[in-house]
Amino acid sequence: MPLIEVSNLEKTYINEGVSTPALQGVSFRVEKGEFAAIMGPSGSGKSTLLHILGFLDRASSGEYIFDGKSADEYTGEEMARIRNKRMGFVFQAFNLLPRTSILENVKLPLLYSNIPELRWNKMAEDAIEAVGLSHRIHHESSKVSGGEKQRVAIARALVLNPDVIFADEPTGNLDSKSGKIIMEIIQKLNQETGHTIILITHETYTAEHAGRIIMMKDGEIESDRKVEKRHEAKDGFRK
Amino acid sequence: MTFFHTFKTSLVGLKTHRLRSSLTILGVVIGITSIIAVVSIGQGAQSLILGQVAGLGSNTIAVIPGRQPQGPSGFVELFSNSLKESDLAALQRKENVPTLKRIMPVVFGAESAYYGGETYRATIFGASDLITQVFDIFPEKGSFFTDDDIRSRADVIVIGSKVKDELFGESDALGERLKIKGKNFRVIGVLSKKGQVSFFNFDEMAIVPYTTAQQYIFGIKHFHRFIVQAENEAAVSRTVRDIQVTLREMHGIDDPAKDDFFVETPADLMARLSTITNILTIFLASIAAISLVVGGIGIMNIMLVSVTERTREIGLRKALGATRRDILRQFLVEAIMLTGVGGFIGIIFGVLISMAASLALSLYLSVSWSFSFPISAALTGLAVSCAVGLIFGIYPARKAASLSPIEALRYE
Repeated sequence: MPLIEVSNLEKTYINEGVSTPALQGVSFRVEKGEFAAIMGPSGSGKSTLLHILGFLDRASSGEYIFDGKSADEYTGEEMARIRNKRMGFVFQAFNLLPRTSILENVKLPLLYSNIPELRWNKMAEDAIEAVGLSHRIHHESSKVSGGEKQRVAIARALVLNPDVIFADEPTGNLDSKSGKIIMEIIQKLNQETGHTIILITHETYTAEHAGRIIMMKDGEIESDRKVEKRHEAKDGFRK
Repeated sequence: MTFFHTFKTSLVGLKTHRLRSSLTILGVVIGITSIIAVVSIGQGAQSLILGQVAGLGSNTIAVIPGRQPQGPSGFVELFSNSLKESDLAALQRKENVPTLKRIMPVVFGAESAYYGGETYRATIFGASDLITQVFDIFPEKGSFFTDDDIRSRADVIVIGSKVKDELFGESDALGERLKIKGKNFRVIGVLSKKGQVSFFNFDEMAIVPYTTAQQYIFGIKHFHRFIVQAENEAAVSRTVRDIQVTLREMHGIDDPAKDDFFVETPADLMARLSTITNILTIFLASIAAISLVVGGIGIMNIMLVSVTERTREIGLRKALGATRRDILRQFLVEAIMLTGVGGFIGIIFGVLISMAASLALSLYLSVSWSFSFPISAALTGLAVSCAVGLIFGIYPARKAASLSPIEALRYE
């Protein structure tokens, strides 16, 4: 059973009486443990698609089946619970809470889970260790570099060990060196811990870290291909 | 999310904007401070007034000319002249009011007293020596006038300590003659310093036989009051009834509704006065409560700003699994915490102000003003301020909760 299955997905935004189609009949499947990159120029509908896949928005028509159950069957509250437990998000703009420590930022999803508080610190520390930031655990999130901020965001996405991580242009705001470290971490999450990854990017180099590239244009899938020679992550990264 | 964590999250949210949070609660602090201060000072005033009424003694009855005031706004014809010499004589007859122990007619008014080059405007009290018992006053020097002095309209006067100080300074006043309305009065007694007793400050008073006061000072034939002592407390209601029957007969009144006098017991007076002070306190507290509403609007304003400012944070929290309810609760708890803390600080300030007021009043007005902590007002104040947070916080909180996560995340 695929983890993600969309068929004929459509999304139309209606703004002041003008309807703008963002997705026009998108269909594909993503298996558990897969690393798929969604590529396309801006306005191609890739972010809209990610929002629907990430339960942050609903499609106008078509079907989205997540782990065997149609998205239409979930209430708003159930969707929030799934976002919390089974999905992780990494955004281009990091979206960390300012004036708050790295540890507290990573603990944020735990606040909305039903995991007893006793375990929160350990879980957050493990996630921070996985992105190599243990030495900065008590630093304020606004006082670390961009690359480190994104690593905090990845740790936050990881802390509840979700099935799938949605990364929306995670290297978009970073220099190439930091971007590389981020891609190494993401690739490692896929290869070593088996997380399903959906990556949105408009850079071919970044997309080629994935096993598969779904190319979008004007709200439709233009191509869907396997990456023949993917860029491999180096062994770890400098701490 | 547990309530504890909602509380913690809200606290962090407020602490991040310390200055703004403190300025926001100022409105609520002022509102609660004024309510607590007003209620506390009101209670102090009430207990002072009631205490002084109680000081009259529970078997003391006042017969007052004019119609009984109807309700607190009723009009009292204080100086109507319905109490006459003949009424006094009728009430003094044992067969009319058998339980009457003593009766004292009273006339009073403000007149200037002169001695040497000094002038002092004193309250002149025309009374009998019964006044010493009713108000528990006695001359520190000299003596009080006697029934003979009353009968002979003697030109003798007993003065309060302040009157003595103002007119005679350090020198001895006994035997000296002071002038009121062109007539000389010989000082036969000086009262000890007493301060406020019941509604009167005897330090500022000069007491003369009532007959003398009627004839030489006020030029009237009627009385301003009869002060009656019943045999004991149990006899008060019977005495009141007998006085009413006698006076109606004397004045030819059949319908009690047309009485041109009224009889007041300390219990009546207390009931009437507490109604008045309660109404005053409620009135002033309601005015103070307006600032609470203003404070509430301030809270709403700032919470709305906060929601807009933290739109991205709200989007993030939703993306990470916060439900509508989690966000709603977070912002609502923030608003309630703001007003709750404001209410708490307001109670402290209110208590401090009323403590200072009671101290100042005791010192400068020489009254025994007791400070009372208005615990019910404090609890109500705290509850009301939390309710203000709830009412004015609900709109911003709903606005925050209904934000779509992607809209919120996209917000710049």
